[in-house]
Amino acid sequence: MTTMSSIITVVRNASAPVRMNDRIGSWIAPAIMLVVLLAAPAVLSDFRIALLGKFLTFAMLALSLNLIWGYAGMLSLGHGVFFGLGGYAMAMYLKLESAGGKLPDFMFWSGLTELPFFWAPFKYAWFAIPMTFIVPAVLAGALGYLVFRSRITGVYFALITQALALIVSILFIGQQAYTGGTNGITNYTTIFGYPLNAPSMQLILYYASVTALTAAYLLCWWLISSRLGRLLVAMRDDENRVRFSGYDPAVLKTLVFSLSAGIAGVAGALFTPQVGIISPTMMGIVPSIEIAIWVAVGGRGVLLGAILGAVVVNGAKSGLSESFPAMWQYFLGLLFIGAVLLFPSGIMGLLRGEGWRKPWWLSREQVRGAISRRLPGAQR
Amino acid sequence: MEVWALQLFNGLSLSSILLLIALGLALSFGLMNVINLAHGEFIMIGAYTTYALQQAALSFTGDAQSGITFLIAIPASFVVAGAAGYVVENALIRFLYRRPLDTLLATWGVGLFLQQLARTIFGAPNVQVVAPPWLGTALTVTSDLVLPVKRVFILGLVTACIGGLYFYMYRSSEGRRMRGVMQNREMASSLGVSTRRVDSFTFALGSGLAGVAGCALTLIGPIGPSLGTFYVVDAFIVVILGGLGQVPGTILAALIIGMLNTMLEFGTTAVVGKVLVFAMVILFLQWRPAGLMRAKGR
Repeated sequence: MTTMSSIITVVRNASAPVRMNDRIGSWIAPAIMLVVLLAAPAVLSDFRIALLGKFLTFAMLALSLNLIWGYAGMLSLGHGVFFGLGGYAMAMYLKLESAGGKLPDFMFWSGLTELPFFWAPFKYAWFAIPMTFIVPAVLAGALGYLVFRSRITGVYFALITQALALIVSILFIGQQAYTGGTNGITNYTTIFGYPLNAPSMQLILYYASVTALTAAYLLCWWLISSRLGRLLVAMRDDENRVRFSGYDPAVLKTLVFSLSAGIAGVAGALFTPQVGIISPTMMGIVPSIEIAIWVAVGGRGVLLGAILGAVVVNGAKSGLSESFPAMWQYFLGLLFIGAVLLFPSGIMGLLRGEGWRKPWWLSREQVRGAISRRLPGAQR
Repeated sequence: MEVWALQLFNGLSLSSILLLIALGLALSFGLMNVINLAHGEFIMIGAYTTYALQQAALSFTGDAQSGITFLIAIPASFVVAGAAGYVVENALIRFLYRRPLDTLLATWGVGLFLQQLARTIFGAPNVQVVAPPWLGTALTVTSDLVLPVKRVFILGLVTACIGGLYFYMYRSSEGRRMRGVMQNREMASSLGVSTRRVDSFTFALGSGLAGVAGCALTLIGPIGPSLGTFYVVDAFIVVILGGLGQVPGTILAALIIGMLNTMLEFGTTAVVGKVLVFAMVILFLQWRPAGLMRAKGR
């Protein structure tokens, strides 16, 4: 009973991230978004739909990061790795199916004569598809358990996951014969025996992405409104208090980190067939940290925010970077700074009427005072 | 035997550069609890300062190889990178002291911006700094053991920097204030130390050291806008292994990481070496989560 009441205190003290009208936030707005996404193919061209489908996989990735950063306060700078692993698992299946029983082309070029043993089971979709979830989840679980058990949190955790992103990407570049090296795995023609490039298949994949995103949203929503979700927020705000209340933060954190990595992996698995390539450039340091800016722009600690942020930032990127690549780099740099200093609660914060923070050169004291007020995931 | 001596020397050389980079990170982390992801870009600023000086010397005197230019470039890189650090600290980081994770993101933004600035000014392709001729020679220890003078010079440069840092931290009143703030910020502040000033100066000092590292790197290979990114992740690992802002811990950790990297790369391949080092650090943290040296109670 004591445990219960102290947990309730912890939970009360934890600044709950969702303060706006709960019904609009968690049901009506997402439902409108879902309807828009379902109806989009009727309005948009095939090209736009393919683009949107790609953005939706990014949205799912952002959702997975938001779960651990926005709610549990763990900023992973290595989520690109989990996305990439899911993408690679799917690409292995697609490559083997397209090769039709022969050795994939890049292995032949690298001098392999037979399929490596760990590639063999990936010719079956029933094996490959679950693996897109399991492989990243297991990697994250193993790393997470070791890291969280030693009570490594905050900046240290961020740096360790960043090192993971560096190491896995150079590992994949280095093992040319097994992973396709810098080029990654590409040139697949069929999926489940049907041609991949057909507009109808692209449409099916688009709807699959919408479905997966919806499922991931519902899963995250269910999780954060459950007792575990309350514990996550409590751990973010005061981990020791949760520990003293009889919970094991290491286990809880590992669980959520692993689940988040699994969701990221499934997003990667949907990305690969739609874009037609997966390569180490998707999983290095740079793409991994960009995910954080999607979440920050959308609004951390709000599930819908991550989805919105991913679509908006990537929309801006494809609009701006094609015509002015240099401008995009400057813009992205400023976006990182601005998202932290000026509008830390993101688009969702602006929509909720929290307004943006007065620029720091205008009111220094206000900024200092506001620092510890809200901001999920900013502390520690 | 000579093979091993050479590996040992290479490891020491890598360690020394890592150390120069990691010291700045460790200082600002120990003092302000802030990790600067734009640290790699200060390395890049130092390297491009050296390059720009050489280009300037080339256009004035027509002599790119003058050793004098390079000797001037060392303090110049320190000053330019330090000034850049001072500006970044004052314009951005001081608003984020209580939000370390947000600082990570904001400084990453600074890094992106600076990289693109370098691309705009100097162009995206790598450029080469011509080393002065007296650094291009080799030092023959025995008939089988030949050490490149460049690397010996870098080793000496780093030793001098550490000596200077030691002197600054333990023998100057400015350094005493810095240690005071590191140990107990509130107490130092109430005794009249301007913590604001100490913070900016320490950050500038760390950035300046990264600039010197950038200057040293121009001797080793060509430089480009993303030069820093390559080294800075290893430097983070050094800081994590060394322990919270501990200078002796950082020195030890840099030695260990540099040596392990070189030895493991020699035994296997560069990639496998890096993976093994990462795994070892994670496993080591199981045993001592606070790193090699623990911060004494504050």
